[in-house]
Amino acid sequence: MELQGNPQAGAGAGAHAPAEPAVALGGVDITFHLADGGRYQAVKGIDLNVFPGEFVSIVGPTGCGKSTLLNAAAGLLTPSTGRVDIFGKPLAGLNRRAGYLFQQDALMPWKTALENVKVALEPMGVSDKEADQRAREWLARVGLRTFVDRYPHMLSGGQRKRVSLAQMLIRNPEILLMDEPFGPLDAQTRQIMGNLLLDLWSRDRKALMFVTHDLEEAIALSDRVVVMSAGPAAGIVADYKVTLPRPRDIADIRLEKAFHEIHRDIWTSLKVEVQKAYAMGEGRELVGGDVS
Amino acid sequence: MKRIKLLSLQVLVMLVFLGAWHVVTTTSLFGDVKTLQFFFSTPTAVLTRTFKQLTSGDIYWHLGITLTETVLAFVIGSLAGILFGFAFARRELLSAVFDPYIKAANALPRVVLAPIFALWFGLGIWSKVALGFTLVFFIVFFNVYQGVREVSPTILANARMLGMNERQLFKHVYWPSALTWMFSSLHTSVGFALVGAVVGEYLGSSAGLGYKIHEAESVFDVTGVFSGMLILAIFVIAIDAVVTLVEKRLLVWRPGQSATTA
Repeated sequence: MELQGNPQAGAGAGAHAPAEPAVALGGVDITFHLADGGRYQAVKGIDLNVFPGEFVSIVGPTGCGKSTLLNAAAGLLTPSTGRVDIFGKPLAGLNRRAGYLFQQDALMPWKTALENVKVALEPMGVSDKEADQRAREWLARVGLRTFVDRYPHMLSGGQRKRVSLAQMLIRNPEILLMDEPFGPLDAQTRQIMGNLLLDLWSRDRKALMFVTHDLEEAIALSDRVVVMSAGPAAGIVADYKVTLPRPRDIADIRLEKAFHEIHRDIWTSLKVEVQKAYAMGEGRELVGGDVS
Repeated sequence: MKRIKLLSLQVLVMLVFLGAWHVVTTTSLFGDVKTLQFFFSTPTAVLTRTFKQLTSGDIYWHLGITLTETVLAFVIGSLAGILFGFAFARRELLSAVFDPYIKAANALPRVVLAPIFALWFGLGIWSKVALGFTLVFFIVFFNVYQGVREVSPTILANARMLGMNERQLFKHVYWPSALTWMFSSLHTSVGFALVGAVVGEYLGSSAGLGYKIHEAESVFDVTGVFSGMLILAIFVIAIDAVVTLVEKRLLVWRPGQSATTA
């Protein structure tokens, strides 16, 4: 697969960052053994470095193995071949230095917002009193000061994501992994959540891997956008640097000329993969949706 | 308005039923009144007897026995069900090995065990508790097993990413999930505990509601049987109301249970 990326992208990424990447994937292949005895190679030959302080989005057609890659970085699954290094050390088991924001609801439904955030501190041995206070601070920071005693089902989708965000960030992980976290939300809520995320992230700039199928979202948020090819055996086809100035407002930034230029560049390489995916039948739902 | 309408319709059903019963058993339209009353008694006789029983103290002692058996069967059966449910759900081999035996044991009609239990545990309350236990155990066991196995993989992965160890996963994820499943079957398991108690008493005992019904039956006292059944029904409704109350308290976090937003 040829590299269609912007030539200055990959090299520039780590230039002023520390030499050691927070997450380094080297020659990663991931193959699933299916229930019917078959095999499915999700991703193949992935080389990807994410440096501390870097916001990297991964975009690609549906089913291209974006989430698989994230799960490998989290240690939730082990690559069939290749290396996963976290701050220079090979990853064994779960990635203890990472926080993970899931696409689906991951809150414990039997706990209130406060309890859900508090519980994240329990494995770290924080006293109950301190955990309570810190959890309240975090819930206030994500704009849920008055919702602490609500159970997840009493919160909207966006509010639940805010709780998840607080739950992840209260542990102060050095690496943030996000799997289409705002996918199920409506357009306005996504923008608000995007701005909240940027606001929280810009305070201490952790390494962040953000999987999304929304290219605009990826550009608006990121320092780098990595484009993956259509699966099976998906690889990285391009790696673009997004040089838009920060702080950004992700609603306003979409109107800028520079944004459109970057969008056009990346879309040319993404489009090819999206069409390939449709041709292979991955896009059936969407095509069906258009017809009806 | 709607509630009143519903309530009056419900009362109407009862009145029609009692009226029909009364007409059938007190007029000669359907045959000899004496024969009919022997087989079916009359609503007034049943209600009078029930009232008399409820106002005299004796019945409460029997109800107390039945309640004790029910509670013991429920508590012991639930504890064992939770213990085994967890063990089987967390140990693949254990559940695979015991699967056919569990299914076979559960398929067995429990009534046939009653004489064995009477032999083993005597005619006191413990043979009834044992019978109720065999009913409750399997309901709780299967629900806890399911609850542990069907924890949302996302919630589990999230909890693990938060750094929880096995003990913390148990406390915050597996246990609450299993309890949810158990509570959702609370009505059934409490009901079965009662069935075990009453059937056990019916088949051989010297106290309890089942014994009262059996006693009336053996002297062809149909009024006594019906009145016993009526008291049993009131008892079941009362227990069920308590269970509903407990359920509401314990499952506040569930949608639909208390969807009120402050």
